[in-house]
Amino acid sequence: MTMVTEKDINEQIAWAKINTDVLKSMENPRPAYWVTLAVCIAMVACAVLAEYIQYTVGMGTANLNNPHMWDMYIAAFVFWIGMSHSGTLLSAILHLIHADWRKPIYRFAEAMTTFSLLTAGIFPMIHLGRVWNLYWVLPYVSDRGIWPNFRSPLVWDAFAITTYLTASMLFLFVGMIPDLAICRDNTTGWRKKLYGILALGWVGSDRQWRHFRKIYLLMACFLIPLAVSVHSIVSADFAMSIMPGWHITSFPPYFVAGALYSGCAAIITLFILLRYFFRFEDYMTLPIMEKTAKLTFAIAMVWTYLNLIEFASVWYGHDVYNKELLIAKATGAYAWIFWTMLFCGSILPFALAFRKLRRHMPTMFVVSLFLNLGMFFERWMIVAPTLSMSQEPHQWDIMYGSIIEWAIVFGSFGWFGMLFLIFVKVFPSVSMYEVKEMVFHRKLSAGEEDLARMTDHAKPVTQTTGGGGA
Amino acid sequence: MSLDNILNHWSDYRKGSEEGGHHDYEHRWAMAINLDLCIGCNACSTACYAENNLAVVGKEKFEKGQAMHWMRIERYWDQQELEHPEQGASFLPMMCQQCGAATCEPVCPVAATYHTPDGLNAQVYNRCIGSRYCSNNCPFRVRYFNFYSYYESSWPEPMEQQLNPDISVRDKGVMEKCTFCVQRIRTVKDKAFMEDRPVQDGEVVPACAQACPTSAIVFGDTMDEGSVVSKLWKKHQVERGVYQKTKLAKKDADLRGYRIFEELNVDPSVMYLERVREDI
Repeated sequence: MTMVTEKDINEQIAWAKINTDVLKSMENPRPAYWVTLAVCIAMVACAVLAEYIQYTVGMGTANLNNPHMWDMYIAAFVFWIGMSHSGTLLSAILHLIHADWRKPIYRFAEAMTTFSLLTAGIFPMIHLGRVWNLYWVLPYVSDRGIWPNFRSPLVWDAFAITTYLTASMLFLFVGMIPDLAICRDNTTGWRKKLYGILALGWVGSDRQWRHFRKIYLLMACFLIPLAVSVHSIVSADFAMSIMPGWHITSFPPYFVAGALYSGCAAIITLFILLRYFFRFEDYMTLPIMEKTAKLTFAIAMVWTYLNLIEFASVWYGHDVYNKELLIAKATGAYAWIFWTMLFCGSILPFALAFRKLRRHMPTMFVVSLFLNLGMFFERWMIVAPTLSMSQEPHQWDIMYGSIIEWAIVFGSFGWFGMLFLIFVKVFPSVSMYEVKEMVFHRKLSAGEEDLARMTDHAKPVTQTTGGGGA
Repeated sequence: MSLDNILNHWSDYRKGSEEGGHHDYEHRWAMAINLDLCIGCNACSTACYAENNLAVVGKEKFEKGQAMHWMRIERYWDQQELEHPEQGASFLPMMCQQCGAATCEPVCPVAATYHTPDGLNAQVYNRCIGSRYCSNNCPFRVRYFNFYSYYESSWPEPMEQQLNPDISVRDKGVMEKCTFCVQRIRTVKDKAFMEDRPVQDGEVVPACAQACPTSAIVFGDTMDEGSVVSKLWKKHQVERGVYQKTKLAKKDADLRGYRIFEELNVDPSVMYLERVREDI
C-alpha cells in the first residue's frame, strides 16, 4: 500500500510567522508556568535541605552501609548522564547525516543535554564523603607534589564529564547565535541587552554565515566521539571493577545504547509538552514525532539486544558469582524492579511500532515516561544488586534508600525542570533560522519535483497537509 | 615542584600503573589463621576495637550495616544434609587481606590507598575524599566507611582518655580498614633501626594475634624465610601470586592452607588453614 507521505513541515509557512511564533513562546508566562516553576524550585529546596543534613550529619543518613557503598546517587548520575546523549544524537549525528527533520526539535534537545549534564554532575560530588576535598580529583599542580590516581575511572569521569559539558554548552550556544540576533532585534529592555551581548554582533553577513557553518560542523564532529566516550567512561566505573554484574565487557556499548534510549524517550516527553503548551504544532509536527519514535524504537531494540547478550554471556560463562547474581536479580528481592525494567525497556517500546499510537500524543507521553522509568530502574539494577550480592556471602544485604536519598534524587528532577523552564522562556526553544532553512530547502526540492512532474506529464498529487496560499 | 615529581618518577609511576602494587619489598607481612583453632570468641575483634580506636556505632547502626569492625568473625552454618554436619557455626575471622594485587588501589581517584614497601595496603585518611569506590571493588568487603562522626557518641568523656595515641581517630567521610596494626609494625621497625638490627620474627604482634586465646592467628614476614608464618605457608604449599585451585589440586588432607577468593587473583596475604573435618 502506498501511503501519501506527509510533509515534515508545511513549507508554505512564512518566515515572519516562524519568528513571531517562536518569540511569542518566550513571552508572558502563564500562571501554569509559574506554578510548575515553583514546584520545581520547591523540589530543589527539599533536596538542598536533605543535602544539608547529609553534609552535616554524614553519608549514613542516606542509608548507605557496608556492602552498599553506592546506591541511588550513582544510579541517578548514570541516568542523567545518559539523558544528555540524545541531544548530541539529534544535533550532531543527525546534522552530519543531513537528516533535516531534526531542525525544529534539536534546540530543546540540546538544552536538555546541557541541563541533564549539569544535573548529573551534582551526584558524584554530593555522594563524596568529604565533598570539600572534591578538587583533589583534578590534576592541579599541588605544591605537595600529589597527583590524582590516573588509573581510577572516577578521575576519567571527571575529565570526560567536564569536557562533554563544556563542549555541549558551547555547541548549544554557538548554534543559537543567529537566533539570539533575531531575539535582539525583536525585544526591548533587559532582554535586548542580554541578547545583544550573547549574539556577539551577529548581522547575518555572508562571511559570518560561512564561519558559522564551519564552526558548527566542526563542533558537531568533535562532539560525537565525546558523546560515545563519556558514557563508555561512565560504564568503566563499573566495568573496570571486579564485581560480578559490573565486570562486563559489553558495558560500554550497553551504556551508550541505554543513554541514547532514555534520551530519546525524554525528547518525546518534552516534545509533547512544548508542542502542547507553546502551540508549536506547526513545527513539532506529527511526522517528526513519528520519526523520533521510530528512532527510539530502533534504539530500544539495540538496548534489548545488548541486554540479552549480557544475560546470555553470563549464563553460558558459568562464572558462579555472575550467574548467582543474575538469578538473584530475576528472582530475589529486587525481582519486581528487574521485571519492570525489562517490561518498560523492551516490551513497551513495541507501542512505538504502531502508527496509530505514534500519532496519539497522550499515549506517547505516557509511554515515554514509562520508558524513562524503565531506564532509571535499569541504572539502579546495575548499581545496587551487585553490591547486595557480591562475592562475599557474609556481607549480603538488601537495602533501600532513605528519605534523604529520595529527596535528593527527586530534587534533581526539580533542578532539571527548573533549568529547562527558565531556558524555554529566556531562549528560543525552536531554532528559528534552521526551521527557515528547512522550509526553504523543502520548498526548493518540492519545486524541483513539481518541475519534474510537469515535464513527465505526471498527474499532480494533492498534498494532504499544508494550506495557506503560496 | 609537583611537575618535577611526576617527571622524575615517571618510570616508577609507569611501573606501578602497568604491573600494579609495589615491587621492591622490604617486608611482606602476612598471616596464617588456623580455623581449626578458632573458637569464635571475638577476642580478636574486641582487641582490634581497643587498639585501633574503632568507633562503637551502637545496635541500630550495626543492624543497618554501618559497623566499623575491622576484624569481624563471620559465622557459617553447614547444610544439615551433610553426613557429618558441624555442630554449631563455623567461624572465619575476616579482616583486610592486604592483597598483593589489591583491587582497591587502582580505583581510588586520589590515590588515598596504595601499596607500601611493607606489602601492606595503606589507607591515607587525610587523602581520602570518600568516593567509596575502593570498598565497592573489594571482594572481601573489609573496608569500612565513617558514615557518621562518631567521636562524641563513641567516646563520651572521659572515654576519650583510653584512645590509642599512636593512631588517629577518623572523622566522617573517610574510609578505613585493617592495617595489620601498622603502628606496632612501625614501633618495632624503629626500635630495630635504632638498635641497628633486622626485625626479628615474633617481634611484631598485631592486637588480634595477641588477644587470641588459642593462638589461631600467626603473624610475620614472609620475606623472612625462617619466620613461623613463612614456614606455615610453605608447609601448606601456599605461595604468593600463584593461583591454585587448592581443594581440587591438593589430595593430601594435611595441606589445609588456602587463601580466600584465590580465583580472583588478588594475591591475599592471609592464609587460612581449613578446619579438620570428619568427612573430608
